Amino acid sequence: MTSYLVFMLTLAGIYSLMSLGLVTIWGQGGMVNLGLVGFFAVGAYASALLSQTGIPIGLTLVAGALVAGLVGIALSYVTRPLRGDYLAIVTLGFAELIRLIATNEKWLTGGSDGLAGIRSPLKLELGTLHPYFYLLVVWAFAGAAALALTRLLRSPYGRAIRAVRDDEQVAAVAGKAVLQLKLKTFFIGSALTGLAGGLYAHLTSYIAPDGFVPLLTIYIFLAATAGGYTRVVGAIVGSLAVVVLLEGTRFIAAAIPGLNAVQVASMREFVIAVGLIVIMHLRPEGMFKSVNQSSKPEPGSKKLPATFTQRSVLNDQHAHKAAVAPVRAA
Amino acid sequence: MFLELVQLIVNGLVMGAVIALPALGLTLIFSVLGFINFSIAAQMTIGAFAGWLVNTQLHWPLVPVLVVAFVVAGLLGVASDRVALAPMRKRPSAHMALMVAIVSIALNLALENALRFGFGSGLNSFEMPIARDVVIGEIRIGPQQMHNLGIALVVSFVLAAFFTVTRVGKAMRAVADNPDLARLKGIDPAKLSNLATFIGMGLAGIGGALLAIDTSVDPSTGARLLLIIFSASVVGGLTSLSGAVLGALLVGVAAEVSLLAIPPVYQSAVAFLAILAVLLVRPSGLFAGAAGVRK
Repeated sequence: MTSYLVFMLTLAGIYSLMSLGLVTIWGQGGMVNLGLVGFFAVGAYASALLSQTGIPIGLTLVAGALVAGLVGIALSYVTRPLRGDYLAIVTLGFAELIRLIATNEKWLTGGSDGLAGIRSPLKLELGTLHPYFYLLVVWAFAGAAALALTRLLRSPYGRAIRAVRDDEQVAAVAGKAVLQLKLKTFFIGSALTGLAGGLYAHLTSYIAPDGFVPLLTIYIFLAATAGGYTRVVGAIVGSLAVVVLLEGTRFIAAAIPGLNAVQVASMREFVIAVGLIVIMHLRPEGMFKSVNQSSKPEPGSKKLPATFTQRSVLNDQHAHKAAVAPVRAA
Repeated sequence: MFLELVQLIVNGLVMGAVIALPALGLTLIFSVLGFINFSIAAQMTIGAFAGWLVNTQLHWPLVPVLVVAFVVAGLLGVASDRVALAPMRKRPSAHMALMVAIVSIALNLALENALRFGFGSGLNSFEMPIARDVVIGEIRIGPQQMHNLGIALVVSFVLAAFFTVTRVGKAMRAVADNPDLARLKGIDPAKLSNLATFIGMGLAGIGGALLAIDTSVDPSTGARLLLIIFSASVVGGLTSLSGAVLGALLVGVAAEVSLLAIPPVYQSAVAFLAILAVLLVRPSGLFAGAAGVRK
């Protein structure tokens, strides 16, 4: 039972990293990544394959994150002149392509048999303590990423990317390098997803295409929206909630008599999907509402009067809603 | 070699003609409602299952089966749209289109799993009379392929008439072409949305049923074809109705001819590469005249 709990908590940490990536891309950047599972798989396979050559696992994780991040830049660059819907289609297609490659390129990925015996740091040395150690490692990564993101999103970069999210033209007029900001944001988000993939590969020591189904993308969207898709803290709380929900439905579905295995599985997926729909309807802001990140200057620094343009960029959410509503109504 | 190529092109055209129907549906919904409805995949499967039920239980022949597929997928498409997507569209938000698209993915998953719960994961075959392949020269065409091609052509013809002759059809084309100008002429896109969803999802249902008659139907029938349908739409420009048909034929032929060089498992990878290639070369689509997809 304890090892089950530890594994689930570790998994929640990995989901948290992915949700943080989604919060960055979607909540803060206003772009959408429907191929999260593809980036996750790229990170997992890259890190697993590199670790087989004897490279230290710390480096392979970084490499996996980098590869996923660079793919993210490429895909968002290709769709740069178009509406966001195109990025949605392209990322979805990318995830499908990765699944095809993972299933069919046996020489590289082991095909549908997958890769087994993936190393994990200090596994032999720690023995039975290893799961606890790995739990700490994963949450250290998640915590560090959350902290770094919180600071980054408060920085001028964070304000600029929210301005781009709310109105690209206004941001461009204000002199922001819109394309560069979007590419950077997509890089950060996909790299976090790739890192999560690497951590997953070294957690389970076995990866196969079956583990990278589109459903995982829905889990992460549910986690991010349940928590509040613009908020760092929301990503983490939402991921914990999703793992609890997933495991809870497993027990509940198994307790209903007269259902076969396929029906149990489909009922769980149905609940997850409907859950996402309901949350998007009733409470699209999630548990933690989007707030305007502090515009107060750091203590000790000279206080600057907020000009109209500064305020309008900072109070992005409300200003934007107010501006859009009459236009839509007209 | 040459004959093999011709055979593949013929196969590709037949496949493209069938893909054209859901691609047309996707394009129609995107044009009129302004968002990508991913649940079109589930409606393809629903159409296929509806047709399969009346075919195997009531022994209905091909044409009534397709009518059932059209009506059931269309009605369920409108119903699920009203319940799950329409309330989202009313929210004033700069990211309405993306939010609704995400909800439509969840809707797709929910419908797919509802089907899986009811019908199981197994493959289900239609009862259709078996006939000999037609051989012209040395090119073989299966009778089902002939049917598919013929039906796709008839449906396209009816649709073309609908869009050029009727007032509603013209209004839909106007909205697809230029939403602002259409509004100026007093056309309200919201009023067209139910009809556009009904026709779009109905077309997806026919497409799904035709493909399932050729092979078999299971809860993932539509999901497997999602990428190739998107690629047909994107190649055609995503807002161009005739573009969607031409895009589907092009993608169908490309996917079949690519078999000369790559294994069949990578056919949907061809669809993805087609999307990337079009976005790199001509982002507004190969056949789109009007704007609407650019920011």
